[in-house]
Amino acid sequence: MVDLSIKIHELELKNPVATASGTFGYGEEFTDFFDPGALGAIFIKGLTLKNRDGNPYPRMAETASGMLNAVGLQNKGIEHFIENIYPAIKNYNTHIIANVNGSTVEEYISLTEKINELDHIPAIELNISCPNVKEGGMAFGVSCPSAIAVTNAVRKVYDKTLIVKLSPNVTDIAEMALAVEGAGADTISLVNTFLGMAIDAETRKPLLSTITGGLSGPCIKPIALRMVWQVYQAVKIPVFGMGGIMNAADAIEFILSGSSAIQVGTANFIDPQISLKIIKGIEEYMERHGVENVKELVGALED
Amino acid sequence: MKRIEDLSVKNISWLNSNSYVLELSGTKAIPDILPGNFAEIRVDHHPGVFLRRPFSYLDVDEKNNSISFFVKVVGKGSRKLGTLEKGELVNVIHPLGNAFSIPDNKKVLITGGGSGIAPFIMLGRELKSRGNEITIITGGRSSEDILFSEEFKAYGEVLCTTEDGSLGEKGILTEHPIFTKDNFDFDLIYTCGPEGMMKAVAKIARDKGIACEASLEHLMACGFGVCLCCIQETTEGNKCVCTEGPVFNTNDLKW
Ligand SMILES: Cc1cc2nc3c(=O)[nH]c(=O)nc-3n(C[C@H](O)[C@H](O)[C@H](O)COP(=O)(O)OP(=O)(O)OC[C@H]3O[C@@H](n4cnc5c(N)ncnc54)[C@H](O)[C@@H]3O)c2cc1C
Ligand SMILES: Cc1cc2nc3c(=O)[nH]c(=O)nc-3n(C[C@H](O)[C@H](O)[C@H](O)COP(=O)(O)O)c2cc1C
Ligand code: FES
Repeated sequence: MVDLSIKIHELELKNPVATASGTFGYGEEFTDFFDPGALGAIFIKGLTLKNRDGNPYPRMAETASGMLNAVGLQNKGIEHFIENIYPAIKNYNTHIIANVNGSTVEEYISLTEKINELDHIPAIELNISCPNVKEGGMAFGVSCPSAIAVTNAVRKVYDKTLIVKLSPNVTDIAEMALAVEGAGADTISLVNTFLGMAIDAETRKPLLSTITGGLSGPCIKPIALRMVWQVYQAVKIPVFGMGGIMNAADAIEFILSGSSAIQVGTANFIDPQISLKIIKGIEEYMERHGVENVKELVGALED
Repeated sequence: MKRIEDLSVKNISWLNSNSYVLELSGTKAIPDILPGNFAEIRVDHHPGVFLRRPFSYLDVDEKNNSISFFVKVVGKGSRKLGTLEKGELVNVIHPLGNAFSIPDNKKVLITGGGSGIAPFIMLGRELKSRGNEITIITGGRSSEDILFSEEFKAYGEVLCTTEDGSLGEKGILTEHPIFTKDNFDFDLIYTCGPEGMMKAVAKIARDKGIACEASLEHLMACGFGVCLCCIQETTEGNKCVCTEGPVFNTNDLKW
């Protein structure tokens, strides 16, 4: 038997496979397909303090090997989550991690304080990288001073595991990673979506109501992999890697490049059972390569 | 309960130059499927097709564990599905979405344009079995687009419009004289097709105080309620077309 478990800061994951925020709902939508308790963790859909309707339709455009989305953090707000969704998901046999969003530092703080009171949420993922909101979001994640400010502020009110999700839309990802590590992040996750755009040549119109949106899927994988590798070399804290993971081989590549655990995003739309298959595939890979403990693979890239 | 499964291509029959019926069958009993439900079909091995494609059920054959879809070729995915060989496997997530409401012993009008006629074979059968009096009107560009007339005739009166006048009344669907008749006294109108057509039908229904249900065909990334890409503005805020639709009462839509 191979050992798939991995500890990330204070989180003991039964395996290194988690699902990415915004691509797995609250987990409930997947229970017809498999027991979410099999996962290492679930990063639930992005939360905000108040209800957000998100951006107008159309919010999605398919691209070569991927998709653009401009959802814009549609959710019913933290109070609705606590009353209506949390009770149904809190006893899943896995870690539920909240994805925290704000348009001001104060909003990030208030939201974090509310989530801090929920016993079954052992960690938050600070999303400073959403490209689809006008205020806040990615604006915090593309300059070091603002990333430091928001991470610092949230760190002061939060003692559990603090994961900061980085935007890939920066010149130097390692610099951003170092900045949030210095500001108190326990873990880093990357990448969020790449800012992109799609046009219909026939109508000369943009395909998204917001003109630009976030690109995800296999088309971003090589860039995401490179960024994870750069971050792994720069910081001491563990990394959750993601970006276009479609199968176990992709997941292992991310682990070899320095991810302690990975997140599966867009692939959930195409095969809702993909994360189960990835867990199995990692296990098979380890058996085939005589690897007893998945930790041995983290950053084990050979020259 | 929705499920994910591989079904095999039982048959593909082309109806005209740009549409065909795709019949899939499996070994397991097919799930319970209601008129209006849809499936998300994965199009494999085709560069450029990344996401699944949503299609309404055309029909269900419980005896033979088979389901069928009416597919209009509009792009790469719909074209590719039409080239599959018998026996090839197709991965399907289904059944998804809500269903049309089925009254008893009422007078109903079904309006379908283009690929929007797909859900009406199952709906018509169900309506007929519940004693409803049915009128079906389909619209297309030319006579080539007017399909399933024989099947529809088994349910009630069948009318059609074509833009070039090659069959039925000349013009677009809502220009059919039936809409201006004094005895236009339906209890419920169903509509599916291009959004402009559905909006026009919904407006007629609203003006005449008749309930109207439309099946929307929004762009979808997942089809089961997680991506939030398929939203429609309604009087109660944004709703997901894939889980809270595709069938909506048109009075609830911000049209
Ligand atoms: C609930 C639902 C039920 C549907 N039922 C049927 C059906 O029974 N029969 C049928 O033929 N079609 C149906 N459609 C539409 C069908 O899903 C699209 O035609 C198909 O996804 C196009 O894929 P493609 O790869 O061929 O086109 P692409 O190459 O992706 O695109 C070609 C063109 O088709 C348009 N298109 C893409 N997706 C959609 C879409 N979801 N709706 C409308 N236009 C689209 C694009 O805007 C583009 O202009 C349904 C859609 C939904 C949401
Ligand atoms: C439809 C959609 C919605 C998303 N919503 C969120 C979100 O609410 N919060 C967040 O941090 N990331 C969000 N993401 C980004 C993903 O979590 C992930 O970082 C990104 O998609 C890259 O991974 P992938 O290529 O495996 O999808 C979203 C992505 C998609 C496609
Ligand atoms: S298509 Fe993903 S939520 Fe409807």
